Amino acid sequence: MATTLGRPTPTPTTSKKRFGLGKGIGFAFLVFMLLFYLIPVYVMIVNGLKTADVVSFSRMWELPTKLSTGGYGEAWDKLSRNVMSSVYLVVPATLISGFLGSLNGYILSKWKFRGSDLLFTLMLFGMFIPYQSILIPLIKFLQSIGLYGSIWGLILVHVVYGLPFTTLIFRNYFANVPNELVEAAHVDGAGLLGIFFQIMLPLSIPAFVVVGIFQFTNIWNEFLFGLTVVTNPARQPITVALNNLSGSFSIEWNVVMAGAVLTALPTLLIYIILGKYFVRGIMAGSVKG
Amino acid sequence: MRLHPRFHLFAKVAAMAAASSQPDIERARKRGFDRAIGPLLLSPSVILLAIFVYGFIGTTVWISMSNWDTAIIDWSIIDPFWKVYDSLFHMTRFQINIRNTLIFTVFFLILAVGLGLTFAILLDRHMPGNALFRNVFLFPYALSFVVTGVAWRWIFNPETGINILFNTLGINWVLEKFGMGPFAPKWITDPRVMGDLGNWLPLPDFIKAQLGFPMAMLPVIIAAVWQLSGFAMAMYLSGLAAISDDVREAASLDGAGTIQLYRDIMIPLLKPITISTLIILGHVSLKIFDLVYAMSGRGPGYATEVPGIFMFDKTFKVLEYNTGAAASVVMLFMVSLVIVPYLARSMKDV
Repeated sequence: MATTLGRPTPTPTTSKKRFGLGKGIGFAFLVFMLLFYLIPVYVMIVNGLKTADVVSFSRMWELPTKLSTGGYGEAWDKLSRNVMSSVYLVVPATLISGFLGSLNGYILSKWKFRGSDLLFTLMLFGMFIPYQSILIPLIKFLQSIGLYGSIWGLILVHVVYGLPFTTLIFRNYFANVPNELVEAAHVDGAGLLGIFFQIMLPLSIPAFVVVGIFQFTNIWNEFLFGLTVVTNPARQPITVALNNLSGSFSIEWNVVMAGAVLTALPTLLIYIILGKYFVRGIMAGSVKG
Repeated sequence: MRLHPRFHLFAKVAAMAAASSQPDIERARKRGFDRAIGPLLLSPSVILLAIFVYGFIGTTVWISMSNWDTAIIDWSIIDPFWKVYDSLFHMTRFQINIRNTLIFTVFFLILAVGLGLTFAILLDRHMPGNALFRNVFLFPYALSFVVTGVAWRWIFNPETGINILFNTLGINWVLEKFGMGPFAPKWITDPRVMGDLGNWLPLPDFIKAQLGFPMAMLPVIIAAVWQLSGFAMAMYLSGLAAISDDVREAASLDGAGTIQLYRDIMIPLLKPITISTLIILGHVSLKIFDLVYAMSGRGPGYATEVPGIFMFDKTFKVLEYNTGAAASVVMLFMVSLVIVPYLARSMKDV
């Protein structure tokens, strides 16, 4: 079955088995699934590249006949303001929720007090709730403080509902920092905040990367708050704008596909560049202790 | 010898437990001031979450029992106070919503976790192209549900999408040779509901929805599996990497084949990972909104509508706030059934 590859596989030293029949079937299955997983990527990229006169549903699967920027230029014209909205939203919300989460995680792991574990669990619950269940009071509240409809309101919302996740990641991270380190600094006269800024923060760069990636991705990809908190279409985040674009009958299909690529690109780049931290975050955010 | 493979894992867990029971700092060093400012520094986040999570949930529950069903706020409690819920559960449309959520959750979980485990087992051993496979299977996890919905919506459009690919690939040509009709499913526009649980079980009279499989839900399930099976794979890969090589070696010394190794030893050892994955993916699917909203919306005859969309519709389109709030409380209840035991268990482990 090694012939399915066209050439013999170099057998890694740890694997004693040869490329047997079972493995051949497994490999064929993986290749089949790989092609299946790439179908939407193909559809989005290829159709985004087609010009408006060539794009038609019956030729959806064909490659573009001539090279052009296709729908990308028009998609950028239509969506650039929303891309900027998303950037203005994501950057402050990620930084603020990350910083607060690091402080919370430090206190909840190194300065435990009576009931702190219960308090942490109660905070975590906020990460899992369906946001529909807080949406009506949230909007009334934002209206009453004058932040409804603005990007600042949306930043506040994402900071608050991001806190459980950022706190979780930092708490788990700091729990693995030896207590002796904190104790020694304490003996030397450093206080709670001194230890935090001088010892813990410099140590927590990897946790900040994980939190940064996930908060960026979560907030960039979020839809419900963007749809309901910001009402002006020109200021809505990119996911909402993409959905509007896709539901509009006057927009050519190549533009919608290009818009989808545009929406996916930032988080996809993060995934490609920082994939290692991405996988680490999946583990840290789901398996506790 | 049979217990031997597991021994290492137990030893590891015991060592980890011993390491984490070092005395906390505050017990070793007492400084009243620092002990006091800890909770103080925590308080902004705690107060915000107390209001935004618990306060708002309480308000939503109140609204769900109120008379507020127009644009004008009305906080007065309806009589009887469960009236909104009563009419909600008597609504065929909402019954369909609940059916759709449960069908979606069950099939999505089986497929996503099953595929994730299969990918992980195949890629755990040295497979050519290992990194490529892992990256391609995981990348959809980085995308927005809206992107996923928009892309798959066109692929599963019966006139335009994958059916044309079936034609191009000659599948229908082959089928016609065998005298069978063309394979052209209606995907997200298919109004059919297959089967009915009501034929098998004595259900209460108020259930009017047909408790079967809504065909239009299938493409949505496929899109969700596409997006999240990589998450399950990553979870299982980390679980497999944590299992010592000694386990495999001991098993192969015992004469266990690959299938036995995974069936009898690895998959049982991965049980905690399976539970975590089921809970995390399960709570995502129970509250699913974005994907359905972008991909199919209500669907034909509410075939793909879920409570999240119903809530949005009732609250923001027809301004029946109490009905929208009640639907969201039902969503919260379903998610809590899964999440609360999980959180309680993880708190005990701390």
